[in-house]
Amino acid sequence: MAKQGWDEFEIGSLLRSFDGKIDKCPAHTPQRDRSYSENNSHVASVADWRLIKPVYNKDYCIDCQFCWVYCPDVSIISRDKKMIGIDMDHCKGCGICVEVCPTNPKSLLMFPEQADEETELASWPTKDEEEE
Amino acid sequence: MAFDKMELKDIEVWDGNHAAAQAMRQAQIDVVAAYPITPSTPIVEGYAKFKADNYVEGEFVMVESEHAAMSGCVGAAAAGGRVATATSSQGLALMAEVLYQASGMRLPIVLNLVNRALAAPLNVNGDHSDMYMVRDSGWIQFDAFSPQEAYDLNLIAFRVSEDHDVRIPAIINQDGFITSHTAQGVHTLSDDVAYNFVGEYKPMNDMLDFENPVTHGVQTEEDWHFEHKARQHNDMMTIVPGKIEEVFADFEKLTGRKYNKVECYDMNDADVAVVCMGTSVETAREVATEMRAKGIKAGVVGIRVFRPFPFFEIAEAIKDIKAVAVLDRCAPGGAAGTLFNEISGSLYNTDLKIALSGYIYGLGGRDLTKAHLVDLFNELQANADAGKVLTQQQQFIGVRGPKLAYL
Repeated sequence: MAKQGWDEFEIGSLLRSFDGKIDKCPAHTPQRDRSYSENNSHVASVADWRLIKPVYNKDYCIDCQFCWVYCPDVSIISRDKKMIGIDMDHCKGCGICVEVCPTNPKSLLMFPEQADEETELASWPTKDEEEE
Repeated sequence: MAFDKMELKDIEVWDGNHAAAQAMRQAQIDVVAAYPITPSTPIVEGYAKFKADNYVEGEFVMVESEHAAMSGCVGAAAAGGRVATATSSQGLALMAEVLYQASGMRLPIVLNLVNRALAAPLNVNGDHSDMYMVRDSGWIQFDAFSPQEAYDLNLIAFRVSEDHDVRIPAIINQDGFITSHTAQGVHTLSDDVAYNFVGEYKPMNDMLDFENPVTHGVQTEEDWHFEHKARQHNDMMTIVPGKIEEVFADFEKLTGRKYNKVECYDMNDADVAVVCMGTSVETAREVATEMRAKGIKAGVVGIRVFRPFPFFEIAEAIKDIKAVAVLDRCAPGGAAGTLFNEISGSLYNTDLKIALSGYIYGLGGRDLTKAHLVDLFNELQANADAGKVLTQQQQFIGVRGPKLAYL
């Protein structure tokens, strides 16, 4: 592909996510079984763009899917409308998921990239702290 | 949701803005995202009224700026819908970034550009500064000299732009106020005939095709950017001209109204000619006819398609003319006028020896009068008799103060 001439590609600045047509919704297919095209960025990590990271606390999550809907990088992993976790290879740490999380306390909070997830989960804010 | 059709008389009295809005309505656009600005406001306003009165089925999106308007158009076009908008001057300047996105992404969008001067000093009247500003943006550019042509060229632009071999957005220019706000008789097509001419929108690489997921607007660096731009230019140079001729021919079959990339008036036996755009073309035609009564064989060339520029058609049109004046309605900013440069380029590698001079005129809506054109044709006749340009190459028409001439 890198050697193709100007007359050898599709018009428009576009890339195909998969090789050929897909006959069923890829969300139902495990990632390893999907026919990603070579242009797809599913193996490209942009984790080092991130300065702060979201940590997910499943104890408070109500599976409302707000974070999944609002994430601009499709980095919230959800299956059968159940929140599973965060794709940390593609999350850029924008914090929108935390912003839209409606639970009290929130089920997602931002921490420094170096923070230890277990420690933060152990000291998660309570409802009272949240209300101030 | 069902929408109503509108009964039109064979000839309606419309100004250029209303003519454009009517053509947009008849094209059954899926999404119009727009932010009104003088003098194009009545296009947006008129289309919104059609929507409110149930003559439009598609979406009308009020946005917060022209940048957002064109961004909305890009998104809707990538999603797979027929899309159009309108703007002028400063609005186009704010849109300019996204114009390049639209053409680079090969998205067919129709933009009605009601030509207006660019500030400063602030001015709402017509000149071609905005048209010229985006001349290299990769958009097709048509120029309408009258409300009738604004109507016709809208219908034509959808056909050309949306063709799967083309997929390049198109601008229809018309002069601010002089065309946009001057009511004239416009021959109409019925809603059905107009829509059949434009045809049903055929999506291509649309984002709403869930079986073929696609990413639009990707990043390329030094490894790919050049090839994409080369392809875009190649398609403008080799595919678009033929497609425009094909659609012009179909339109003539349907309506009897014949359009050409270069509109020639009394050029066959002319000695002297004026090349110009917009409403000046009709004024120049009238004066050319009067000059013939005085023994000067005058002709007029109007540029109907500004991009892709009709190099060969221009050279053919003026090859036997002795003296030609090229009129640019835009401050040249330290160069020869744009149209002058393009036409010089059309002729450079020919054997033609035409006395070619350039004139800057009409900035900020300053009138180009018949008296100006009489003087101009007389000056051209003197050039023709001498076989060379007797003045400096660049002059100004209708500006107060000491005479300006350069080059």
